[in-house]
Amino acid sequence: MALDSMEEIFEKIEREKKPFWKVVQDTDIEERQVTAEASKEKMQATWKAMLESVETYQGQRRSLSGLVGGDGERMRAYAAKGETLCGEYLQEVITTALCVGESNACMRKIVAAPTAGACGVLPAVLVPLYQAGRADEEEILKALYVSAGIGAVVSYRACIAGASGGCQAEIGTASAMAAGALTALRGGDAQKIGHAVAMALKNLMGLICDPVAGLVEVPCVKRNVVGAVNAVSCADMALAGITSRVPVDQVIDCMGDVGGRLPVEFRETALGGLAATPFGQSVKEEMQKKRT
Amino acid sequence: MLDIFDILGPVMVGPSSSHTAGAVRIGRMARTLLGKPPVKAEIGLYGSFAETGQGHGTDRALVAGLLGLRPDNLDIPRSFDLAAERGLSFSFYTARLREAHPNTAVLTVEDADGGKLVMQAASTGGGRIRVDKLNGVDVSFTGGFNTLIIRHLDIEGEVAEVTRELSNAKINIANMNLCRSRRGGDALMVIETDQRVPPVVRILIKELKDIRDITYYEKEGD
Repeated sequence: MALDSMEEIFEKIEREKKPFWKVVQDTDIEERQVTAEASKEKMQATWKAMLESVETYQGQRRSLSGLVGGDGERMRAYAAKGETLCGEYLQEVITTALCVGESNACMRKIVAAPTAGACGVLPAVLVPLYQAGRADEEEILKALYVSAGIGAVVSYRACIAGASGGCQAEIGTASAMAAGALTALRGGDAQKIGHAVAMALKNLMGLICDPVAGLVEVPCVKRNVVGAVNAVSCADMALAGITSRVPVDQVIDCMGDVGGRLPVEFRETALGGLAATPFGQSVKEEMQKKRT
Repeated sequence: MLDIFDILGPVMVGPSSSHTAGAVRIGRMARTLLGKPPVKAEIGLYGSFAETGQGHGTDRALVAGLLGLRPDNLDIPRSFDLAAERGLSFSFYTARLREAHPNTAVLTVEDADGGKLVMQAASTGGGRIRVDKLNGVDVSFTGGFNTLIIRHLDIEGEVAEVTRELSNAKINIANMNLCRSRRGGDALMVIETDQRVPPVVRILIKELKDIRDITYYEKEGD
């Protein structure tokens, strides 16, 4: 298979004189037996759905438990005053991550990337650039191919499900995909993309999956923010020429290893972490009462 | 390996690929295998589906699937109302199973003409599913391929007859499994194919000797 390691992608880029995104697209063409046009069309549809997931956000919606909703709107209103600490781009990143994460919890349409729980990370970093005219659709589509290739490698070598590897496997992977996408979008070469991916994963290593009452709500929505902001900083570091001392494939393997060793309480079972706090327990009891 | 649109996708209604998107697909699979719109469904939830299913909309997602909705349909949250409009009655219970995947549902569905199907399926992650039992017979297929489910008499040469028709139509078999309840009795052939199986080929297979019935699931389109 073509996407078994980042190293393999690097070699292909070198050997076939193709950019990162094209290596991923060619894999898709081969794997699904489709034309380049069909592959691109599907990626366009995916991007369109991602954009829609941002544009259709409504702050008055609430999740089934009632714990989630309205924070995207709160952040947007605060950002509009022009007083945020983080500045124009990052405030949009935070707002977007919240909006999409909340929409997911409220049963709206999203793009799982790589999972539904982590669906806010990629749109959070890409949509603000697109909306501000700092990236056009062609560039975004290429960046999405890069992100998908990164996700495929992580999925093959480690894992992307909270039940297998904790939050580091979901938000961590989403963050790595987003960091790689941003690096590619800003003209970083394959090596820089690799360093961005490695740094993003390292920074979130060990993060547990501890959803309150087992729902994709708390702390999942705000973890999308941390995944997105981490991606931006790692991309900027990589573009500055800062490197990960540990090679990227070793970081990915390590994430998988750490995930496998996480106690089962910290892998989406809602038996540990925040889910086990008195607050978490009380939400669980409330939900059980609703179950008639 | 996963295709890249399993990584960047599916496009789906939230909140959980396993508990929502997968549940819709399980419902749709039961509807397809029944062959007609169901009018009655008893839905058993097991493991995590029973524990956290309500908060994830698993119940609404399963009913949405039974109504033929896809995982990205925004009507999923109001599927209970849709079911009332379209004449599908349903009930839920907590299923007791041995050694099943933690995200499992058992659906007993009936159509208006009395046709009935019992299907046990699991949501295995990322919106992917696996059918584990059909009318009491162990099976294993995912809906990730075009799938033929053929009930036939357990006699020699039956597999060759069926696969010849596929071969003539230039349809490649990706996976295949075969099981029977007892020697010489009913047997079930599950064939997953790379290409679509056109109606004419399905009719040719159905007209073969000793084929009881044939059901076809076409892979979800792009």
